[in-house]
Amino acid sequence: MRLRSLAYGVIAAFIMISIGAYLIAAENEQVIQITAKRFEYSPKEITVKKGVPVVLEFTTLDRMHGFNCPGLGIRTDIRAGKANRLRFVPEKAGTFPFHCDNFCGSGHEGMRGTIIVTE
Amino acid sequence: MKIDRRDFLKLAGIGGAVFASGLGGLGPSADAASSKKDDFFFVQLSDTHWGFTGPAVNPDASGTLKKGVEAVNSLKIQPDFIMFTGDLTHVTDDDKDRRKRLSEFRDIISKLKVKNMKFMPGEHDAGLDEGEAFKELFEKMHYTFDHKGVHFIVLDNVSDPTSSMGEEQLAWLSADLKQLDKKSRIVVFTHRPLFDLYPDWDWHTRDGAKAIELLLPYSNVTVFYGHIHQEHHRKTGHIAHHAAKGLMFPLPAPGSVPVKNPIPWDANQPYKGLGFRSVKVKVKKAEFAITEIGVKGERL
Repeated sequence: MRLRSLAYGVIAAFIMISIGAYLIAAENEQVIQITAKRFEYSPKEITVKKGVPVVLEFTTLDRMHGFNCPGLGIRTDIRAGKANRLRFVPEKAGTFPFHCDNFCGSGHEGMRGTIIVTE
Repeated sequence: MKIDRRDFLKLAGIGGAVFASGLGGLGPSADAASSKKDDFFFVQLSDTHWGFTGPAVNPDASGTLKKGVEAVNSLKIQPDFIMFTGDLTHVTDDDKDRRKRLSEFRDIISKLKVKNMKFMPGEHDAGLDEGEAFKELFEKMHYTFDHKGVHFIVLDNVSDPTSSMGEEQLAWLSADLKQLDKKSRIVVFTHRPLFDLYPDWDWHTRDGAKAIELLLPYSNVTVFYGHIHQEHHRKTGHIAHHAAKGLMFPLPAPGSVPVKNPIPWDANQPYKGLGFRSVKVKVKKAEFAITEIGVKGERL
């Protein structure tokens, strides 16, 4: 009985710690909303801080687009009528270009932007 | 594994499964005397981008395809068929213009002597309307046909804007392959490469590995594709993949520059990097002799 109570206590403590860590992380998250339309992102330059979690929330104003940032190893489809969220933790400082990787028309090749990760 | 053309040719020769030639002397005219009854030629034309304008890239944008047609017509031995591996037209955001360009393209290539022509779309033709306009004029997006003992499979990896073929088409491919003997001669035509040549430039097919997995049990498979506007050869396992030049503008080598832009026109070497290929199919040996040909019909 005593052992069982101890086990429940450990589990409860673990859950509390996990929730706490999640809330702290969520509080520190950098949430950035980005709209995509042919053939641009807004904003097209995004500055984030190294080591701090980032959530990118994408909305498309016309058709499907893509978001691909090879330097940070992240990508997502940006679908119409759908929440497109991408969470990552930038682990290196620098300037990282991103581009649309779902063919979207005559200006597709120029649909680009930059993520700047500061120290 | 990265291999250049010369290395690839050596590799292919040693392996014995595929022989690719472009080093001269194996063009249709030179090889005619030794051609066997079952052997045949086809021509691959790719990335004609009809409707493109950009004098710095191609000041003869409205004339290059027509020159290509003349060059094919001037081949001493005409091919059994001509395969167009996508991007027949240059992209336009206007649906009416897309139909107009596809229609003009069809009119121009109607001047080809060979009337047995096969088509597939590129993302410029079909990426914005899921192939609606293309199907109106050319009907099929993915299909098979057989010719003199070779099974040809045409795959669509462009009408889905995510660069995918999709589960439905993969199931169709699987069902088609199941009917074949493992030693069947199989040629696959695609627009994008099936393998990850350079995904950051959209030079891949997101679910291409699934198609390759389906094809791998078959011992004689060769893929011809377009999209990258340059000759390129790569093997995935025993499957050889051959990319063709385009007929509007060349593109840089995979990953060689930060941004993929057309290579500017060189007035000292007009039409450099443009062309098409003839492929001699040696059916019994399951070999392919590739001859690269320039816009004016010259062997490259």
